[in-house]
Amino acid sequence: MNDLFQLGAVPAILLASGLTYGLRLGGLLLADRLPRSGPARRFLDYLPGTILLSLTVPGALHAGVEGMIGLGTCLLVFMRTRSMLLTMAAGMAGVCLLRLFD
Amino acid sequence: MKALVKGMQANIPLAISAMAYGGVFGVLSANHGVSWAEMLAMDLLMFAGSAQLVMIEMWSSPIPVFAVGLAVLIINIRYLLIGASLQPVFDGRPLWKKVLCMHLVADENWAVTIAAHRDGGASPAFLVGGGLLLVTAWTAATLSGNLLGGLVMEPRRWGLDFAFIAIFAALTLSLWQGRDDFLPWLVAAGLAVAGERLLPGKLYIALGGVGGALTAVILEMVKVRKHVAIDDKGCNGMIQSGVEEN
Repeated sequence: MNDLFQLGAVPAILLASGLTYGLRLGGLLLADRLPRSGPARRFLDYLPGTILLSLTVPGALHAGVEGMIGLGTCLLVFMRTRSMLLTMAAGMAGVCLLRLFD
Repeated sequence: MKALVKGMQANIPLAISAMAYGGVFGVLSANHGVSWAEMLAMDLLMFAGSAQLVMIEMWSSPIPVFAVGLAVLIINIRYLLIGASLQPVFDGRPLWKKVLCMHLVADENWAVTIAAHRDGGASPAFLVGGGLLLVTAWTAATLSGNLLGGLVMEPRRWGLDFAFIAIFAALTLSLWQGRDDFLPWLVAAGLAVAGERLLPGKLYIALGGVGGALTAVILEMVKVRKHVAIDDKGCNGMIQSGVEEN
């Protein structure tokens, strides 16, 4: 047991896990208590888009100009095909090609 | 059952990406002195990639338990919003279902589920299907990285780092509903970019998410007030003309 978990590992993992789960479930239960119409509803409706953007945009900017071109291509592939696998393949192929010429 | 399988299928591209990252992450964790059992416990009990990464960076002897907790809280505060945004998917479902399902919510299956929900409904089972696939892929990859070390390929070389961004960008695009989204989205993106430079951990995600959604609320209020103002004018005009007719 001592080889597998060093001092403090079990409480640290349990605390981190509890907090993470609490946030996941807590958010959902809080949203249940919000009114089903009006400003609160609108806030919830907009959350997915704005969170996804916030997850994506900083990373995309770090990818530089080539990254932007690649991203544009991926989005075109997605709009044409609506297939995530093809979008991912296009992204990987594009970046591999670009990095070959680096 | 059908929805569960569908959720798995929809998450396959992201699971591939997660595996590539998990492999590298596993190697890193071994270098930081994290045992396979600790890795496994984190994968299954916590199941949150970026917070796990920060945790293993803090892995020293003895482990600073409260500092770790605080760091995890800062990184994962976005799950509060992610959980809230799943409300329409869980609408009307019993509490036990929410309690059981919410553990398996990661960025990836959340995004796929929200996109599917807008396209005509995704159930909690769809979400859980994706979660099960992701937790399996993530655990298998991190454990093999931790135990086998250098055998893992470099995700950057294969463009897998970029594939992740590409998929998320595509999912974002699929949520676009029209011109009304423009300003809230712009605010979200701006705040996220600024926040990433200025704030610790992943707080920028929560900042962009909240800021953008609040912008939408404010815009709607301004719009309603304008309408009310116009209606008031209209009513006054009618009353006045009515008075004149009399």
